[in-house]
Amino acid sequence: MNRLLSEAKKSLITSLWFMVLTFPLLVIKVNTRDNTVVWRWMNLLWVAIGAFGLSWIWRRMLERREKGNTRIQSSAWREKVTVFASNRKFQISGLSTLALVVVLFPFLVKFYQVGIVTSALMFVILGLGLNIVIGYGGLLHLGYAAFYAVGAYSYGLMYLYWGLPFWVALPFGAVSGALFGLVIGFPVLRLRGDYLAIVTLAFGEIIRLLLENLSGFTKGPEGIAQIPRPAFFTKLSLQGATTYLYFIAIALVLLAIFVIKRLEDSRVGRALEAMRDDEIAAQAMGIDLTKAKLTTFALGAVWAGMVGVVLAGKTTYINPGSFTLMESVMILVAVVLGGTGSIPGVILGAFLVTLIPEYFRALADYRMLMFGVALVVMSIFRPQGIIPRVRKRYTVGGGKE
Amino acid sequence: MLKVDNIHTYYGNIQALKGISLDVEQGEIITLIGANGAGKSTTLMSISGVETPRSGSIIFDGQDITHKSSHEIVSMGVCQVPEGRHIFPQLTITENLDMGAYLRNDKDEVKKDLEYVMDLFPILAKRRHQSGGTLSGGEQQMLAISRALMARPRLLLLDEPSLGLAPLIVQQIFEIITRVNQEQGTTIFLVEQNANMALKIAHRGYVLQNGMIVKTDKASALMEDQEVRDAYLGV
Repeated sequence: MNRLLSEAKKSLITSLWFMVLTFPLLVIKVNTRDNTVVWRWMNLLWVAIGAFGLSWIWRRMLERREKGNTRIQSSAWREKVTVFASNRKFQISGLSTLALVVVLFPFLVKFYQVGIVTSALMFVILGLGLNIVIGYGGLLHLGYAAFYAVGAYSYGLMYLYWGLPFWVALPFGAVSGALFGLVIGFPVLRLRGDYLAIVTLAFGEIIRLLLENLSGFTKGPEGIAQIPRPAFFTKLSLQGATTYLYFIAIALVLLAIFVIKRLEDSRVGRALEAMRDDEIAAQAMGIDLTKAKLTTFALGAVWAGMVGVVLAGKTTYINPGSFTLMESVMILVAVVLGGTGSIPGVILGAFLVTLIPEYFRALADYRMLMFGVALVVMSIFRPQGIIPRVRKRYTVGGGKE
Repeated sequence: MLKVDNIHTYYGNIQALKGISLDVEQGEIITLIGANGAGKSTTLMSISGVETPRSGSIIFDGQDITHKSSHEIVSMGVCQVPEGRHIFPQLTITENLDMGAYLRNDKDEVKKDLEYVMDLFPILAKRRHQSGGTLSGGEQQMLAISRALMARPRLLLLDEPSLGLAPLIVQQIFEIITRVNQEQGTTIFLVEQNANMALKIAHRGYVLQNGMIVKTDKASALMEDQEVRDAYLGV
């Protein structure tokens, strides 16, 4: 009883604090037309009740985490899931159902929805690409959207000046993405942590500002318009092109997953992870840190470059405004929310980050607030992400155990 | 096998090594003892290529490695166990060990070596699926040494393996070092503050003071040396 009382007291204080905090914004409203002040006392009540309840729940959850209850439960739960998921029959039927849904999807829904899902898939690829840099390489990169811009502009400019089609631009976008990855890689070889984050952030802004100000070459802030959608032998209708782009995005997602899976098992991937864990030790093991870091940046940037080309082909219009810091941050949020280093995690994260704002348009104003809250909650209760990475168990030279 | 000739290493403007010369013969255990800041670790880092000496030369197996980068030096068969362990905390024990064999291509031999180190430190075999960060200090040191052995080095550079460990664990680790030296014929260059333990297992020793070598002799002779006894052995 005593404990309950002190709990209530704590929540009461929190709720009072929130009332004070939100008072100027939520209660006072100045009516500028007839110069009166409207006092919305009801709002204060809602804030009080809400803050009280939420703080109560918050403390409950913290307590539960402290006791470690959730961990035990979730591990038992996970055990069940893994047993179920490793069932061969389930795997085959699950995968084939998924494949069927993926293939039939564009023919079952309105093509507007197909466009949205394509955007989400593009975000998945971006997330997977950034995941190489952050999850495997351990290099915090805040200017990832720059590579995205490089890809988009390589198609835009190639079309503008030479009239080259999508399929020529796609590999070119990948290559220029990788090249820019190396360009950013060289100056930051010796940087780590916060410093690296600052420099990459600046790099992202530099690319955007360059695109904005080299108006003679890039058409500046007005952007490049009427970039053709990819053609399937002949020019496609809008609907056809949307479906086509959907399948291109699916193919790229599959390619990305395949490549990253292979990377994870490869010597290069291991070198990246060793570098992330401990640079000195990695060096002592004979890993060439310069090469490993440059590889990380290039491997990460390739994907952004490709998605950039897809973006240019999808929207037919690009301008520097689409590649702001916000874009980089959203990709980062997708990776961190889903689970750094985990492929399914990043995929889920990317879908959440793109689809939630899309389908809850009413909450669009609160989008950043929601992501902020989600990140805070995640970092306290589940820092490893929604679907954390599962480390493989294997023995040297002997395959999996 | 290793010949260090008059090297001077600087950190910015600060001179850490003032003309170090030493040589290591095949199959020996050599120890470098000295106080804090004497330049022990710097000597080791200069050999392994993490730091580059400003002048002087380092010859390994007849090849000049003074200006080679660290990964090239590792590929020549010189492997370092950095001070303070430096294991990969997120990788499992097996993955950590596998990283040791990063530059090797002989899978079967790697497997044999894996069995060998797991035999040296059975605790690692027991925990092989745990991530490195979950190990205790002593276990991490064992892992760091094992990982270096996985590279099958001809020259193993150990930087203060006793750092922050309980005496019993130190004893155990030093026994293993001797065993590796005898069984595998690995040449060992041991940098230690724990001069007592180091001189017990070493064949020869160098005493380092303020970036210079002030004394060198057989380990047993150093143990009897009055100055060394006063300054480093505390007896």
